Amino acid sequence: MLAFITRRFLLLIFVLFGVSVLLFGILMTFSPERRAATYVTSPQQAKDIPKIIKQFGLDDPFYIQYFRWMKEVLKGNMGWSLVASRPVGEAFWNYFPVTLEMNLFAAPIVIIFGIWLGTLSGIHRDTWIDHTTRILAIVGWSLPTFLFALVLLMIFYGYFQLFSPGVLSDQLTMFIIENPESFTRFTGMYTIDGLLNGRFDITLNALAHLVLPVSTYVIVVVALNMRVMRSGMIEELSKDYVMTAQAKGADKKTIYIKHARRNALLPVVTVAGQLVALSMEGSIAVEVVYSRHGIGWWLAESAVQLDMPVLMCICLFMGVVFVITNLTLDILYAYIDPRIRLN
Amino acid sequence: MIEQHPRLREFKFTLYRIFRNPSAIIGFTLLFIFAGVALFAPQIAPPKYPHNPYLMPHKGFSPTPKPPSQTNIFGTTSGQYDIFYGVVWGTRTAFKIGMFVVGIAAFVGITLGAVAGYLGGLVDEALMRITDVIWAIPTLVLAMAIVVAFGRGLDKVMIALALVGWRWYVRVIRSEILTLRDQDFVQAAKIMGVSDLKIILRHILPNAIYPVLIMASMDMGSMVITASFLSFVGLGAPKGYADWGQMVALARNYIVGPPGDPLKFWYAIVIPGGCIVLFVLAWNLIGDALRDAFDPKLRRR
Repeated sequence: MLAFITRRFLLLIFVLFGVSVLLFGILMTFSPERRAATYVTSPQQAKDIPKIIKQFGLDDPFYIQYFRWMKEVLKGNMGWSLVASRPVGEAFWNYFPVTLEMNLFAAPIVIIFGIWLGTLSGIHRDTWIDHTTRILAIVGWSLPTFLFALVLLMIFYGYFQLFSPGVLSDQLTMFIIENPESFTRFTGMYTIDGLLNGRFDITLNALAHLVLPVSTYVIVVVALNMRVMRSGMIEELSKDYVMTAQAKGADKKTIYIKHARRNALLPVVTVAGQLVALSMEGSIAVEVVYSRHGIGWWLAESAVQLDMPVLMCICLFMGVVFVITNLTLDILYAYIDPRIRLN
Repeated sequence: MIEQHPRLREFKFTLYRIFRNPSAIIGFTLLFIFAGVALFAPQIAPPKYPHNPYLMPHKGFSPTPKPPSQTNIFGTTSGQYDIFYGVVWGTRTAFKIGMFVVGIAAFVGITLGAVAGYLGGLVDEALMRITDVIWAIPTLVLAMAIVVAFGRGLDKVMIALALVGWRWYVRVIRSEILTLRDQDFVQAAKIMGVSDLKIILRHILPNAIYPVLIMASMDMGSMVITASFLSFVGLGAPKGYADWGQMVALARNYIVGPPGDPLKFWYAIVIPGGCIVLFVLAWNLIGDALRDAFDPKLRRR
């Protein structure tokens, strides 16, 4: 087990190194002149570009520039964000809670719903329950997140005037800006900060703003989870131990829940990494459409405004999250399934 | 009765299995309609600018969408672009994106995966570690970074997606080949002195190709979704280009109509958006049917 973890850990370091080289390589496709142009603010300065290139060593060999960049990144200096007009590192912690908040609410729903629907579908295979859930899953899988979010906004914001885009209503946002001393932002997540400050109206308002984003996200993402659970369930139910249990007179519920579902959950763990990647992609579309200023919105806005430091920072961040998640899942998987561990 | 070639018999059985499935019938019907529209686009919606048919014609510059009428049967979107024209030529754009991206990604992925899986050893190790690195960043995010580096435009989006998309195919084809490599028929061919290339092409790939087909079909849909999102954000097709994602972006500010008639501009979103959903749905239904048809556990029942 220890050797297994060590090997995976070494691989993790290698992958992160590779990701950073890849990202830096993408940045280096810009010519030195174009990279120097970020420092130029007025037309008069344009003649200084060759000087800037010399000063910052922008035409040095790849590896020298890479190590210089890596040194700064490790020190926590990620550069300057045009969109946020502040250092990337500082802006990151400003945007991150918004994204985290949405994912914290959505992830449990996706997991529970996916497992529940998948189990149901697998047990009642080829009945109308199975067909309905499967059709819904395929349709949900075919919905582009941004489009579905727009349609939900059209119906629930436009027609029913129930939920509005954004993170918090305008009055409450103004109130917080005007009275910074009466509302401490512990976590940056309004739902939790509202509770900690004893302002339940803020919590409720933030929750209302979360309804549409979370539902969009759940409906689009849940299909993957459900499908894996369903096929796992079908496979387990066709195995001999189920027949043995039936022959011995175990009731259906025990067989489904205690025997089959436990084993069917194993493959779900393997796709959890894919779920994390999907949720990162999904949060970009959701945040753009519902104008929630989180990491995803920041990324899209930076891409449009060619804010390269932000793109690199977010790519690196997502790479780190993804790799660490996968490492954890691998270890978890080896822990749950002894066949992997002993191999 | 004449004895058929076993591969032909197997192929016929597969076709029979696929078309017994209602989702395949719906999927292929939808796809057939889309393909027809794409093929006959110049006849259905004659281009106004023959040198650049993908440019949507527009009368005037008013930002407010106009409802369906005699001249514009689906109405006009923001900027007075004709929705009908955009939808018809957008079908071509969608096929172009899907076929280019999936074609290149599958070709690169299958080649690398076959080489890695069959040769093994150091080549395998090196190729798989490179794949691991690219695997670590979500498709959309990496594609965004590449588009920003290459510059905006639909062609850049397609290149970026192809550069990211191959990683799926490598992993799948490699794991298929690893199980096939040591089987008796491959060993037999080796002993008979068949060359490596021939073994891969004639004996291994035909047996490993089914999961790739399923994936390619699903990928057609998801790549079109990703490309349309990039267009929606403003990194893909330029304004006025017949692309469904770009048309949704044009209508974005009109999702909510004036007070008293909040759903006034529904057509500007729902028509191009519906096209994206149906196109993706068609490929996903086909992929789903293929999965059922190729699944060895369900196959002979």
